[in-house]
Amino acid sequence: MIYFSNTKILSILLVIFIALMFAVPNFFSKDQLNSFPSFIPKQQVNLGLDLQGGSHLLLEVDTVEIVKERLENLNSDVRRVLKKNNIQYSNFKNTDDNLKFVVEEFPAEIQKEILEISVSNSQNILQMGDQTNLVITRDENQVSISFTDEFIKLAVSNAVAQSLEIVRRRIDELGTREPSIQRQGSSRIIIQLPGIDDPDRIKALLGQTAKLTFQLVDTSTNYDPLNPKKAPVGSEILPSDTDDSFKYIVKKRVMVGGENLVDAQPGFDPQTNEPIVSFRFDRLGASKFGRVTQQNVGKPFAIILDDTVISAPVIREAILGGSGQISGGFDSEEANDLAILLRAGALPAPLIILEERSVGPDLGADSIEAGQYAAIIGFVAVIIFMMFVYRYFGFLADIALIINLFMVLGILSLFQATLTLPGIAGIILTIGMAVDANVLIFERVKEEIRSGSKMINAVENGYKRALSTILDANITTLIAAVILFFMASGPVRGFSITLAIGIFTSVFTAFTFTRLLISIYAKSLKPSLVGMKIND
Amino acid sequence: MIDIANTKINFLKSRIITFIFSFILVVLSFGTFFVSGLNFGIDFKGGTLIEIETENEIEIAGLRDNLNTLSLGDVQVQEFGSKKNLLIRVEQQSGGDQIQQNVVEIVKNSLDSYLSSEVNFRRTEVVGPKVSGELIQSGAIAILAAVFAMLIYIWFRFEWQFSLGAVVALIHDVILTIGVFSITQLEFNLPIIAAILTIVGYSMNDTVVVYDRVRENLRKHRSKNIIDLLNLSINETLSRTIVTSVTTLLALLSLFIFGGEVIKGFTFAMIWGVVVGTYSSIFVAAPLLNYLDVKREWNTTSAVDSTR
Repeated sequence: MIYFSNTKILSILLVIFIALMFAVPNFFSKDQLNSFPSFIPKQQVNLGLDLQGGSHLLLEVDTVEIVKERLENLNSDVRRVLKKNNIQYSNFKNTDDNLKFVVEEFPAEIQKEILEISVSNSQNILQMGDQTNLVITRDENQVSISFTDEFIKLAVSNAVAQSLEIVRRRIDELGTREPSIQRQGSSRIIIQLPGIDDPDRIKALLGQTAKLTFQLVDTSTNYDPLNPKKAPVGSEILPSDTDDSFKYIVKKRVMVGGENLVDAQPGFDPQTNEPIVSFRFDRLGASKFGRVTQQNVGKPFAIILDDTVISAPVIREAILGGSGQISGGFDSEEANDLAILLRAGALPAPLIILEERSVGPDLGADSIEAGQYAAIIGFVAVIIFMMFVYRYFGFLADIALIINLFMVLGILSLFQATLTLPGIAGIILTIGMAVDANVLIFERVKEEIRSGSKMINAVENGYKRALSTILDANITTLIAAVILFFMASGPVRGFSITLAIGIFTSVFTAFTFTRLLISIYAKSLKPSLVGMKIND
Repeated sequence: MIDIANTKINFLKSRIITFIFSFILVVLSFGTFFVSGLNFGIDFKGGTLIEIETENEIEIAGLRDNLNTLSLGDVQVQEFGSKKNLLIRVEQQSGGDQIQQNVVEIVKNSLDSYLSSEVNFRRTEVVGPKVSGELIQSGAIAILAAVFAMLIYIWFRFEWQFSLGAVVALIHDVILTIGVFSITQLEFNLPIIAAILTIVGYSMNDTVVVYDRVRENLRKHRSKNIIDLLNLSINETLSRTIVTSVTTLLALLSLFIFGGEVIKGFTFAMIWGVVVGTYSSIFVAAPLLNYLDVKREWNTTSAVDSTR
């Protein structure tokens, strides 16, 4: 165990050298690095949000809402089929996951016709082939219609993919530095925003569906505060964005929707100097908008965002050019955000913020400083203690420990793993535990010497005997680290990473580098240099 | 010079006493856990946590009273490291994830108007009911999975008797760690789960070293009385046990003292774990082998470390 071929020696030194090269950039500033020759690696350790400051948001797409909305669309289609075929029905209602009604008769061909609507609908939106996406169940006279699980899965998956895209666009529009936006699980989105510690504006931007519609105001009646729920058939009551006490009655029919917008920009009204958002429709939108404004001159036209009326200006003349502007008493930041929302498009379903973790840059910097301080002091304490206990061998173990630390740093930089505050704790814990492999070996060597072996044989046997113990002991810690890696997320995950890397590097250095050093000196070593009393 | 070799301490002599001692601690941990529970942080309980820093020292009681008028339920204010650093905790709001989000804004506005000096918001964490439920579940699963994985691994590498002894020691350590958090009512949050997993790894590491030596001695001294053999094995590995515990504790103490307020609880858990883990390897895991009827007739040809 103590004889090394030259190739082995070279490869050990090479591995260490490469690791050192990757660790070195962390000790220089970005500017200094840029002036280095190109063959030197320049990647630094990736700092987690808890160290560099930033915001972590976990969002969930409201899947209940997706199904609910689709069921509402289905509602009118099913009624139409029933009416067309003169089927008497009663108690027609929507629940969160199905449609229910009571019929006397429900012939098979009607069922088939209903199943067919679903096929023709689904082909437009989702690739379901010619498979139906509905399940019709009948219990006596009670019929309930729901979507198949497959369809719901597909609808949710599409909605999440679409949401992801829109979230990305909204955040990009704000000019955030290196945001990371990822899908997690079936219906969640994780957003990491480095450098942002007050994500209020982003939360507000993401909290809106931004569904824009243009609907005519129902002028046949006025809102009656004493009768706050009463609206004529085909109309609905919507709140006003600017006046809490006032409510609008608008016709349900959507004349033009936000999906026809091609651009939206914030600006100022040249006359009033009030912040506005000007927008432009695509061709279809422009022609729809032109037709409606032509036919309804003199009537108020409501601009509705997420079921709230932003404003309801009176149409003065037909607008045929396909562009217009919204003014609603907002300030310039609001105008800017509204333009962003309109440009990025509407979310297919509301997003719910499940978790937020934000760290200010000060706390991050303090944590780094405290971590470095703790690491240095812990390191010095361990080094002194090892020299005290094992003398010359302790010194060798200390050199290995230093190399070990550099290797952990090098590997973190090489793989661009994220270093977090618990990650720093993992490194410090590694400082304490990394010497364990060497301790196990040294204790074995001592025992061998005690039982009468010569130094060189003692080292040889010490390594041999300690091998399986070292492997067993480290594999158990590694198992814990791996489980932690898979179960945790965020900062705690960073801990499992540094812990695992530390285990590998400490076993590696103990069996290569320290062994190499010891083998070089083994022949000339005396027991006193190993921290043993001579008369042992 | 430290040389802890050739010790002949009779660790198993008072094994009944140490067993009873461990048993009492385990019962005590269970007792306090069921009576006073754990002081769950927002990771597991849901709610809002805001860390602020101000220019001047703040009178906590006044601020607390002020925040408790916001009708956000229970609001706790505590000093965090210094008098200018405060931690504000607002309990979980009933009414779902969306409502939860408004709390930060309400508290921030209230702080800005209540405190005359500039407020620096150092940290904001909001955890909704859905996520906190999941975190508690995945935390518990992680610990169980780790213990189970250790059971399998030791069974694989040793014999079932060893595996059983090691896992009993492991569960002992986990229970005592949860117990100390229950007794001290220190905040139990996500990093503490990570600490417990590390303790599981460390304690196992320690136990394995002793067990490895036991196995080796079982082969070497076939006719030796098992109690003497266990004592011998513990003594032979004692200096390693002490040196590694000391280096690990040195590193952890440095982290505890200088590493900042945020990871203090995490470091405390690990320091406790190292102490308990070391204790249990010597006084729980090893003596248990005495009662588990370990195999004495090892086939020497399959012995891993004495033939290589």
